[in-house]
Amino acid sequence: MTKVTMTVNGKPASGDVEGRTLLVSFLRETLGMTGTHVGCDTSQCGACVVHVDGKAVKSCTMLALEAEGAEVATIEGQAAADGTLNTIQAAFQEHHGLQCGFCTPGMVMSAAALLKDNPKPSEAEIRHYLEGNLCRCTGYHNIVKAIMAASGQDVSAIAAE
Amino acid sequence: MPKDIDAKESGIGAASKRREDIRFLSGTGNYTDDINLNGQAYVHFLRSDVAHGRITSIETAAAAAMPGVLRVFTGADFEGVGSIPCGWQVTDRFGEVMQEPAHPVLAQGKVRHVGDPIAAVVAETAEAARDAAEAIELDIEELPAVVDMKAALAEGAPKVHDDLTSNLCYDWGFVEENKAAVDAAFDAAAHVTSLELVNNRLVANPMEPRVAVGDFNRATGDSTLYTTSQNPHVIRLLMGAFVLGIPEHKLRVVAPDVGGGFGSKIFHYAEEAFCTFAAKALNRAVKWTSSRSEAFMSDAHGRDHVTKIELALDADNNFTALRTDTLANMGAYLSTFAPSVPTWLHGTLMAGNYKTPLIYVNVKAVFTNTVPVDAYRGAGRPEATFQLERVIDKAALELGVDPIALRRQNFITEFPYATPVAVEYDTGDYVATMDKLEEIADIAGFAARRAESERAGKLRGLGVNCYIEACGIAPSNLVGQLGARAGLYESATVRVNATGGIVVMTGSHSHGQGHETSFPQVIASMIGIDEDMVEIEHGDTNNAPMGMGTYGSRSLAVGGSAMVRATEKIIAKAKKIAAHLMEAADADIELKDGQFSVAGTDKSVAWGDVTLAAYVPHNYPLEEIEPGLEETAFYDPANFTYPSGAYACEVEVDPETGKVSIERFAAADDFGNIVNPMIVDGQVHGGIGQGIGQALLEGCVYDENGQLLSASFMDYAMPRADDVPFYAVDHSCQTPCTHNPLGVKGCGEAGAIGSPPAVVNAVVNALRSAGKDVTHIDMPLSPARVWAAMQG
Repeated sequence: MTKVTMTVNGKPASGDVEGRTLLVSFLRETLGMTGTHVGCDTSQCGACVVHVDGKAVKSCTMLALEAEGAEVATIEGQAAADGTLNTIQAAFQEHHGLQCGFCTPGMVMSAAALLKDNPKPSEAEIRHYLEGNLCRCTGYHNIVKAIMAASGQDVSAIAAE
Repeated sequence: MPKDIDAKESGIGAASKRREDIRFLSGTGNYTDDINLNGQAYVHFLRSDVAHGRITSIETAAAAAMPGVLRVFTGADFEGVGSIPCGWQVTDRFGEVMQEPAHPVLAQGKVRHVGDPIAAVVAETAEAARDAAEAIELDIEELPAVVDMKAALAEGAPKVHDDLTSNLCYDWGFVEENKAAVDAAFDAAAHVTSLELVNNRLVANPMEPRVAVGDFNRATGDSTLYTTSQNPHVIRLLMGAFVLGIPEHKLRVVAPDVGGGFGSKIFHYAEEAFCTFAAKALNRAVKWTSSRSEAFMSDAHGRDHVTKIELALDADNNFTALRTDTLANMGAYLSTFAPSVPTWLHGTLMAGNYKTPLIYVNVKAVFTNTVPVDAYRGAGRPEATFQLERVIDKAALELGVDPIALRRQNFITEFPYATPVAVEYDTGDYVATMDKLEEIADIAGFAARRAESERAGKLRGLGVNCYIEACGIAPSNLVGQLGARAGLYESATVRVNATGGIVVMTGSHSHGQGHETSFPQVIASMIGIDEDMVEIEHGDTNNAPMGMGTYGSRSLAVGGSAMVRATEKIIAKAKKIAAHLMEAADADIELKDGQFSVAGTDKSVAWGDVTLAAYVPHNYPLEEIEPGLEETAFYDPANFTYPSGAYACEVEVDPETGKVSIERFAAADDFGNIVNPMIVDGQVHGGIGQGIGQALLEGCVYDENGQLLSASFMDYAMPRADDVPFYAVDHSCQTPCTHNPLGVKGCGEAGAIGSPPAVVNAVVNALRSAGKDVTHIDMPLSPARVWAAMQG
């Protein structure tokens, strides 16, 4: 066991981990932060996306020890302290961008990373960016729409709700 | 036509935002894998890596001695434990019941598919359990496997189950009495169109893999199972009564937030029974979390039919008869509802939207050395729709007529309509949905869009189809006659608190459908109170009295109806209390906007006054009614509901590569009345996404030895955001269901049922526009298959 220390959502966090412990396991099991999900074992589904030093990372693909000293941001840290949803989260609710909610943390974190780099992405750019995030419920329609709306684009012309 | 979105601000018909979203968006959901109990141990299953074999030895001593290991279980530990039961017994065309093999929790002597669990290591950590499983010494004598269904039925084929007479589960004919008349109609037909096709094997792949946590309280003798289920009460009954012998009052099953199901989480699985059993054996909570790779080889798969369908037409292009021959894969064991899917959920839908007078369906269900196959979104109805809507398109090609016109000509137009396949459609308007589709899909503009695609070097195709489905599953007395070993009612308890707030405990389960939002809309409308005064509790056998769960688009039609019935009882009692408070007759009390008033007077009392009186009965008709305000209702539907619709897909095909892209997709559905149009749209979107997945991308592949080649997201192509377009969906055509109190029909499966034939029809249409003599391509329409079809 090795001690690992990092900052998670602005607060110091540390724990003893095995060399093989994944960052997602550290978050979910050591820290008890279960908002980040595991949906596959081949880095395909993106349910586990978090930000490490500002970059979107699949936390099932990174060892906890690799995050030593890093700034990690997870879904639990996205809303304001009083629980008010951030712009992306609010857009997902407004436009019904989630159903079962399991892929949602990864979708929100990926969307945040996208909008940071590309504040007004086109539909095609959003769809391309989300290649690493699988959703089985929504057919992606309302996820893409929510991200467009979160970036300030008018989505009223998009077919249906 | 203006859409109904946001037409109302609250109650039935409003696009109320989902309250459950707050927790899912902020990482505070409570999925089964988020549950960790004190002293919890972890299990890892050793699974078969061969499709068929005899276990000649299994040595567990070395594994048991590994660090952190609590115990290693094998099939021997489960002798005397029940078999995993099948919930439906089909009777074949000769009056014999189906062959029904045993399904042990852990393999007994033989393994029958890759992934079949052989042994289970329980240890202090998941890693220790996984490490120790590698130390189990296992010898398996590999046996020849049967994978292909025709080969499995051949004389002398290896038998999946030695104690059965063959690999044939049943040979079902429907309607058997009509067979001769159907054959005669074919002999007399002016034209017969015939098509052989495959309905590809799929894996449901909800994003949340299955999880089970078993717990045991030695002091009380109570067992608890937390599980990723669409129907916790059903699991309690199946596992308690048939496998482990635990009576319901000593067994609690909890299905908390569940990350999607699509059918695959209906069934009772071995891992659930194992965790419950091991928790008692070890007096420790025992947790299993499936990996995705494990899910591919242990979650029940879907579809997997091979069909020959023939359509007979007269000289005026009226459909005169339909005849089908289907092989349906059951896999190695009978999963919970498997036998019903290719029979009663498939044969009864073969009339589709058309007045074909004579229909005969034959289905042979086959055991193979593959993962069990059971219901996946639509369950039987997509298979029926796909073959019917494909053969109609092919008939239109052969006859040189417009495929939409051919459909319109044969539509059922009068309701109620008794089909020749034993069901009665109560309502529908197939002309209206087709008209609506032509409008929203802009069918008239297709020729211009095709010309534009062709200028860019692409082929463009248009595919249209209709669908009908049977939802609101189902009338108990009917399904009992058909072989169901359960009733299919639903229950709800409505508990009104003293200060007027309401808790509804429903046997329906929400795993993405938004019941926590839509169910309160119904009660808010009935009483005239705010939606946020109503809370929904589901997923716990300690709450709702009984529950058959959520599948077959039944939650609102059946579970919602139970809730309505219970609320009607609440209102009736509340009116008596109000009458007493206002010294009026019960019959004169009216309830509107949360106020009880005496007709023709200005006297009124508020909802909260009445609820308070029910719990503080100082001025109360105690001689007539009991204090308190809580009612339970069970609702058993009188019939299925019959949603219907028309779908259109436009594709572009790259003639150089065979790559298909979906350019436009439109869906015009008739779901009867709508409670929350936003949620309904979302359900259709998701279904279309899965249907496009089936049509273009997804396919579960076994090699000839029964090795599962598509066992990860690297190998099994799930639809991604850039595989699909925005969808145009409309549900303004509404013919309400006549037999449930809400007039609702169900919307959960329509998208997945209606979309695959539209995609395939479109691709065939595109290729034919380039002069290719293509009439059918089997799904998934991968670039390789499309390209090969273009080469002739």
